[in-house]
Amino acid sequence: MIMFQAQDISVRFGGIRAVDSVSFDVRKGEVFSIIGPNGAGKTTIFNLISRIYNSTSGKLIFEDKEFTRTPPWQIAGLGIARTFQNIELFPNATLLQNLLIGRHYHSRVGFVSELMFLPSVRKAELRHREKVEDVIAFLGLQRYRDALIANLPYGVRKVVELGRALCIEPKLLLLDEPSSGLNVEETEGMGFWIEDIKKDLGITVIMVEHDMALVNQVSDRVMALNYGKVLAMGTPQQVQTHPEVVKAYLGGEVESAA
Amino acid sequence: MRYLFRTQYQQDIALFRHNGDRFWYGLLTVLVLIAPAILGEFYIGELCAVYIFAIAGVGLMLLVGYTGLISLGHAAFLGIGAYANAVLLAQGVPFLITLPLAGLFTALCGAAIGRPTLRMSGLYLAIATLAFGSIVGTVFQKWTAVTGGFDGFAVPTPTIFGIAIEGATGIYYVSLAVLAFVLWVSANLLRSPTGRAMVAIRDSEVSAQSMGIHLARYKTLVFAVSAGMTGLAGALFAHYVRYLAPDAFDVLLSVQFVTIVFVGGLGSLRGAILGAMFVRLLPQFIAVVRDDLPFGIGRLPGLEPSLFGLVLVLVILFQPGGLNGMWLKTKQWFQAFPFKRQTSFRRQKSYAKSERLR
Repeated sequence: MIMFQAQDISVRFGGIRAVDSVSFDVRKGEVFSIIGPNGAGKTTIFNLISRIYNSTSGKLIFEDKEFTRTPPWQIAGLGIARTFQNIELFPNATLLQNLLIGRHYHSRVGFVSELMFLPSVRKAELRHREKVEDVIAFLGLQRYRDALIANLPYGVRKVVELGRALCIEPKLLLLDEPSSGLNVEETEGMGFWIEDIKKDLGITVIMVEHDMALVNQVSDRVMALNYGKVLAMGTPQQVQTHPEVVKAYLGGEVESAA
Repeated sequence: MRYLFRTQYQQDIALFRHNGDRFWYGLLTVLVLIAPAILGEFYIGELCAVYIFAIAGVGLMLLVGYTGLISLGHAAFLGIGAYANAVLLAQGVPFLITLPLAGLFTALCGAAIGRPTLRMSGLYLAIATLAFGSIVGTVFQKWTAVTGGFDGFAVPTPTIFGIAIEGATGIYYVSLAVLAFVLWVSANLLRSPTGRAMVAIRDSEVSAQSMGIHLARYKTLVFAVSAGMTGLAGALFAHYVRYLAPDAFDVLLSVQFVTIVFVGGLGSLRGAILGAMFVRLLPQFIAVVRDDLPFGIGRLPGLEPSLFGLVLVLVILFQPGGLNGMWLKTKQWFQAFPFKRQTSFRRQKSYAKSERLR
């Protein structure tokens, strides 16, 4: 069953075609990876899906509904969550508060009742707190619960950002380079989280990643991009041995690279 | 040292964390309630002014300290609240209605101004609010039919249930009650989803948006709340000064409000109160020592504004946590005594982040 579709999606910045009629679809329950050299347009695709950028042409469809022009703050409501390549947490808030902000879409209550902190608000707060504690337990973040994000090491922040995205209770999770800046062990750990997210929580994942070991470990299908165009799509093995992909990464002639 | 053993999520939401807090805040409440019986008229008046500035300070703190938006036009909101209250009172509307109405009307003005200007951020927002402040100041001067212009506007004496609120003591208790209300409402807001959305907008707009936070709506909302609280302060200010003149609400007053927020310590309600104390008490302090200063420094014109500026710069450079940060460090020093750790007191460079590039 197809969950997400991009149809001929393009975006131009001035004369540059950052993404050039890219089409792909993601099936429910799979991990779909996007690879490609720097500047290939991978993150731009994520920014198009989370509606930070407007596409020049093409369509985005999620669960049979088009959302090509939905405002960015409604994307979480559709059930699409994301992480950022360079970590966009809220550094001057505690880990707990960061995850609670992830519950924002679910926790809107009347403004006046917030001012009075009526029992209904208190009840809702406790309910969301419980959900957040589930995520904290799932990712093993208990010991950092009350720490400011600014005081946490990079590797932990990466996991916190994953946790914040999970707090949205998404159906589709966009992970932008989950392993960047992590050491080998942490990357391995991240691989296990992604597998757990897919199997235990049943969340579909689209991942932009450079670390091929991680891509091989978790992906069901891979799409390779270069200069905003699709080079190849298929299983990790198929894509990695595809002559165009080898050429894009190593340059030169196909024969010499193989 | 106190270690909290938490067994319920309720404890994280509670306004007071433990019985020690309850005791000290209770004692403070008793002290400020009996203060008029102990202190003289002059000190009660000064304390009352501190409360009024603290109300506006809390309003601005929500905007600057928690949402990361700057405003150099809050004196205008103080003025709008003051005139709205005074004009309504003069029409014969009872004080218990004019006070909330003044706040509400100012909040509406804030929303109307906020909607278009909050598309800007950082310096541009500062300039836009500065312009708004001077426009409103001109309106106060020229719209003589309502404000009386430079002739001034005598504020009628308010009555609550037939009892006239006269003298420093009457307005002292009203200001205290309003300050307590504003603090309670702000603390509630900050432990609710809206408060967290504000912090999210301050720290990263782009990811706040992808968490489902409607930036324009929350910014406008906070601007309105902030303006409304400043309007309440303005209504009380009208009774404090008893005679409104348009030049009271100029840019210098806006800068004083910003000083409250920065010197008090960004991102803390306690900071807003400490800042208000500083801003009101520094001029008094200067007045006391003025004659004893060497080389005639005390007679220099513009001593007060330049001292404000100097303190603001020094605080931003050397004590980004403001007075609240100093208070927390002192408390920590005593709690850890005698095991002071040098790293706990090292200067931290974290400047106000009022804008963020994508």
